[in-house]
Amino acid sequence: MRDFEYEAPESLEGAIQLLSASEAKPLAGGTDLIDHLRTGRVVADVVVDIKKIPELNVLEIDETGLRLGAAVSCMKICQHDGIREHYPSLTDACTIIGGIQIQSRASVGGNLCNSGAAADSTPALIALGGVCVIAGQDGTREVPVEEFCTGPSQNILKQGELLTEIRFPLPQGKSSSHYRRFIPRFEMDIAVVGVGASVSLDGAGEKITTARVALGAVAAKPFLAEKVDEFLVGQAPTEETFTQAGAIARELISPIDDHRGTAEFRTHVTGVLVRRVLTEAARRAAEK
Amino acid sequence: MATQRIVTTTINGTEKSLLCEPRQTLLEVLRDNLNMTGTKEGCSNGNCGACTVLLNGDPVTSCLVLAVECEGAEIETIEGVATKDGLTPIQNAFLENAALQCGICTPGIIMSTKALLKQNPNPTEEEIRFYLAGNLCRCTGYDKIVDAVQDAAQRQCGAGCSSDA
Repeated sequence: MRDFEYEAPESLEGAIQLLSASEAKPLAGGTDLIDHLRTGRVVADVVVDIKKIPELNVLEIDETGLRLGAAVSCMKICQHDGIREHYPSLTDACTIIGGIQIQSRASVGGNLCNSGAAADSTPALIALGGVCVIAGQDGTREVPVEEFCTGPSQNILKQGELLTEIRFPLPQGKSSSHYRRFIPRFEMDIAVVGVGASVSLDGAGEKITTARVALGAVAAKPFLAEKVDEFLVGQAPTEETFTQAGAIARELISPIDDHRGTAEFRTHVTGVLVRRVLTEAARRAAEK
Repeated sequence: MATQRIVTTTINGTEKSLLCEPRQTLLEVLRDNLNMTGTKEGCSNGNCGACTVLLNGDPVTSCLVLAVECEGAEIETIEGVATKDGLTPIQNAFLENAALQCGICTPGIIMSTKALLKQNPNPTEEEIRFYLAGNLCRCTGYDKIVDAVQDAAQRQCGAGCSSDA
């Protein structure tokens, strides 16, 4: 592996200063970065370990919602009962990212910053209405998760900026969420299609009041399927509604052919998964 | 060359200070600096699980951990599993169920199994296969490994677990 220096600042200011230097890379779980450093895909003179910074380890739920520090591991998320109750799509995603060894180390913040088109957690974050808190030398800014990635392995972070946490509103009333993906194996694979959805129902559970559907692995970046969301509002949570939602989603994607699946296959699976994920999210919402 | 660091960790219950370069992975330091070659190198990119060790109790692929990250950490490797009284129930279950052939994956699978049974003392077959998905084995076809883990659970858990759970 190419030579580099290692720093582990304990303050956000210290990290921002170190990351402002060229060829400095932040290290959270390292499950992407260390492999990329080894292969030379990423070059760094300084690796800045951000796991000792308190702001990046925050994991709190209160009446305003969830604060999820960017360095919190998938394992911590999977074990958190409050997240399982209020933000189950996040639990769904973190349970299937890599194997258990990867979940021990990998963070959702890192998954987002790696900005893979097939990242499993990103559609779940988008569906939940997540907002990125980004710190830099000029202060902090907030950006919705769906505006964070700009293309494969590309995002809006500038040199010297660091994703510190992702904030989510607290779901109200009959609301819940789900994430599911299709892979050719049972575990340990990259999504061919990934769908995250959150659904809110009216008090009687008869009409959808709001919905957010996010699609992964079927475009250059995970994205919010706004046309599906608009269609769903006011509809009854039935199989027919969700089948139509799947048909609309199929028109919004721009999938590629690769060894995991053809564009035609991805298009078909998108329709099926959107229906299934919405069905499960609505079932969970109805139980609230 | 980058400044070498002194990293103090507890490995298999013994505090150790070691000198390493920032670019060295925990796997490299275990094998090359400390001569603890029980932890195996497979893919070196986090896919195969052969290099699994427990870092503060959690299973990690040591090829994806920098040794310098381990300051103050507790590490457990395959060398720390057996006790002075001999092999543990997990190790005996793997031997007696013939749950290994070439053996390269075995140290990693034993470490993952140890973490699994600590968290879930009596896992179902499905739970075992899901938890061990990050440990590849190219010899056994996995069935004997699953049998061994179930057997180990019975040995460790005894009458507290029902055999059909």
